[in-house]
Amino acid sequence: MPDPKTLFDKVWDAHVVRPETADTPGVLYIDLHLVHEVTSPQAFSEIEARGLKVRRPDRTYATLDHSTPTLPAGLNGLKPYVTPQAEAQVHTLERNCAAHGVPLAGWGSEDRGVVHVMGPELGLTQPGMTVVCGDSHTATHGAFGALAFGIGTSEVGHVLATQCLLQRKPKAMRVTVIGELQSGVSGKDVALAVIAAIGFGGGTGYVIEYAGEAVRSLDMEGRMTLCNMSIEAGARAGMIAPDQTTIDWLRGRKHVPADYEAATAEWLKLATDPGATFDKEVVIDGAAIRPMATWGTTPDAGAPIGAPVPQPQSDSDRKAIAYMGFTPGEATTSQPVDVVFIGSCTNGRLPDLRAAAEVLRGRKVKPGLRMLVVPGSEAVRRAAEAEGLHEVFIAAGAEWRIPGCSMCIAMNGDVVAPGQLAVSTSNRNFEGRQGKDARTILASPATAAATAVAGVLTDPRVFLNEVVDA
Amino acid sequence: MSEPFTTLTSKTVILSQANIDTDQIIPARFLTTTTREGLGKAAFYDWRYEADGSEKPEAILNRIDPAEHRILLAGKNFACGSSREHAPWALYDYGFRAVISTEIADIFTSNALKNGLLPVVVSQNVWDDLASQPDQPVTIDLEARQIRRGNAQPVPFEVESFARQCLLNGVDTLGWLQSNLQEIEAFERSRETV
Ligand code: SF4
Repeated sequence: MPDPKTLFDKVWDAHVVRPETADTPGVLYIDLHLVHEVTSPQAFSEIEARGLKVRRPDRTYATLDHSTPTLPAGLNGLKPYVTPQAEAQVHTLERNCAAHGVPLAGWGSEDRGVVHVMGPELGLTQPGMTVVCGDSHTATHGAFGALAFGIGTSEVGHVLATQCLLQRKPKAMRVTVIGELQSGVSGKDVALAVIAAIGFGGGTGYVIEYAGEAVRSLDMEGRMTLCNMSIEAGARAGMIAPDQTTIDWLRGRKHVPADYEAATAEWLKLATDPGATFDKEVVIDGAAIRPMATWGTTPDAGAPIGAPVPQPQSDSDRKAIAYMGFTPGEATTSQPVDVVFIGSCTNGRLPDLRAAAEVLRGRKVKPGLRMLVVPGSEAVRRAAEAEGLHEVFIAAGAEWRIPGCSMCIAMNGDVVAPGQLAVSTSNRNFEGRQGKDARTILASPATAAATAVAGVLTDPRVFLNEVVDA
Repeated sequence: MSEPFTTLTSKTVILSQANIDTDQIIPARFLTTTTREGLGKAAFYDWRYEADGSEKPEAILNRIDPAEHRILLAGKNFACGSSREHAPWALYDYGFRAVISTEIADIFTSNALKNGLLPVVVSQNVWDDLASQPDQPVTIDLEARQIRRGNAQPVPFEVESFARQCLLNGVDTLGWLQSNLQEIEAFERSRETV
């Protein structure tokens, strides 16, 4: 009987080209390399300076998302780029992809989207694969049972040139979320609760496998939201074993294997074997999770909506609470909110927009509050418009934008103004993340929508006719 | 390219706050660059400059001479957040050659090591001790994997062995990876025939 293996072991072992030794890291093969405009230009320059070409353009796929405007071209036909430099960066990727034969979902492509929304949607991401991208939220793809992690620009160059990376194997952690999630509790709430439990750096050095019935009960989008935020606990990657939900979701997508049934039989074998061990185990009670929101400037500073801001435990807490303009002991639900952002690779998918629209239907965004809804991809935009979700948002007084990262990273001109308080469905509430001196509360799409209506941070169950407990 | 790293002796700059994230090290609006050069100005930009671009005179990074302060002594969980290699590029260009903390984010560590910036993880006791005397020069000896200061007992630290060799000898990692090309091709063939 071979030793029992974890999901992570199985995917890792299947990609070792050369094992690691005490002196040298291993060589790990990469099945899918996703590329965007921000972290790739220096990597293309590097390989070109060495006279190299992209070795496997067929395993490379690029998109435009971070620096791209989310407003349409003006009457002059020009796209409203925030700076000429942002535009130049986009053109650099267009040129690099053309020169190296790398497929690009560029402007005008119906496939374009935020890199971690697009990859799964096109079926590029598949169970058992190794997936990398010059972006820390690459862990999103782990929802399919892929080993997916973010890399730096030098490593982007390594993968472009060799389709491999030098790696030492990280440790393995299992996070089991037991019990049944309450209605009105989403994947985002689970993610914020998990990060609050593990702590901001608690996953450093680990790959996390998420397990338990509460995780199994999430749809693929909820699982992606959960894996997406693994990096916010410091983990390299997050993974969930493929099951029928995974297989049903991927079926019929553009790039999935031709012999789908044969592929799925292999995928189902990836699950962690009984008796496999982890370096660390964490168990969380899923039934106890409530809609969550952050009170500080790190993603682990989360608590159920309505809970008081905790007494600071450190100087960093003190600074974070002061930055947010909160007072220890008071709830965060009393401060007027200026901006609500729905979008990003964490929560910019169709079910996220549906959840927000369900709250907003027949209601209005509080006057004076700015609400931005940015679909995660062109496919999400098309599907949402086919259902009329955009009309719900527009009728409520929100802005309906073109897909992109937008206010998640605020480098395309979509920013929260200094001092403003934002409730955002993205993944980071760092100081200045959404604009200089902007203050960010992270929450789910339903919470963000409820907040937009009420004007203050609000538990969405208030609008969903649910009983709200204390 | 960065210079090889063997031994560094320098005064330290202390940024004691925990969880200094990559958006603090280099705000996202500076990421539209297509080169690696000149990012030192953007390092900790919002800590160093007012909205109108004027310097904040009280900011420690504006008061010191970077040439004399090559070591950043940073709070726990340093450089958490994004994978942007612009973070080590900016710190290196500003003048830093090493970062000492009690915990440093994974991706940053990997990025820093490829760019001549040495991340060193120490215990809280050692960190507190170093922080108590910022003006006294600290020596980081990569060959011996030791931190030394004055007459104090040398403190050992760990660094991934291959990255250490690369830093000491200026090994080109991409070149090394390419030397495995035959194995990579064999791996691809073996999978395609399954
Ligand atoms: S939406 Fe945000 S987290 Fe996701 S890829 Fe874009 S910038 Fe990164």
